[in-house]
Amino acid sequence: MMSRNRNHMSLSFASKSENESFARVAVASFVSQLDPTIEELTDIKTVVSEAVTNAIIHGYDNQDTGIVHIEVTIEDDTVWLTVRDEGKGIEDVELARQPLYTSKPELERSGMGFTIMENFMDEVEIESQAGKGTIVRMKKRIMSANAILN
Amino acid sequence: MSLQIDVEHARDALIVRLAGELDHHSAQTVKATLEEAIERGRAHHIVLSLRDLSFMDSSGLGVILGRYKQITNKGGKLIVCDVNQAVYRLFELSGLFKILQIEDNERNALESLGVVS
Repeated sequence: MMSRNRNHMSLSFASKSENESFARVAVASFVSQLDPTIEELTDIKTVVSEAVTNAIIHGYDNQDTGIVHIEVTIEDDTVWLTVRDEGKGIEDVELARQPLYTSKPELERSGMGFTIMENFMDEVEIESQAGKGTIVRMKKRIMSANAILN
Repeated sequence: MSLQIDVEHARDALIVRLAGELDHHSAQTVKATLEEAIERGRAHHIVLSLRDLSFMDSSGLGVILGRYKQITNKGGKLIVCDVNQAVYRLFELSGLFKILQIEDNERNALESLGVVS
């Protein structure tokens, strides 16, 4: 199929933990137009939850005065998901990506956030600058939509 | 509330049933409720039923691991039961399935503790 089917949405909300479920549901609802499987939708919800939780706990140090931004672009059967904060940033991104690593063990963090994002999505890119904030860009191809397109 | 916590005493075990969504937000309530139940109560073991859990992320792993450590330090056991496929995947990714005892259902969990004959 030659014609590009594109759609886009963006949303910004206060860095309150109550908004984690709102973010999951909003993104899942938008992605639903690709007719994903339950498993694909669970993957998307989980990574949104991980990235938004990171922004709130680490980016904004659990302060509810920050803003978390989400952008989703759909292009044919591919979902591009960006979660951004203007918080304190990650000093060592490679270290933060290590499974089971957490900078806040006292909060019972499992240190699995980025590992889950990497496993559930096709691509994960992290851009972070100390004092400026963090951008997590992720990509996932939705297989069930692909089956329909063909 | 996006998560309901139901706690039932069965001899020396505490049956904890979570229903709804376990994320960073609701994990804080789960932690506070269970921490107190373990410290104040006389239960030696916990059976954690995830049958009605519709969503869980890595914050759930953190709070489960935290209670596992807490109860293990007191010489008790934590058994997780009715784990759906999505949650089991998170247990696998994190390696938690290697240290947690996982049973099919509450009855099997209680039987393995010798609470039900």
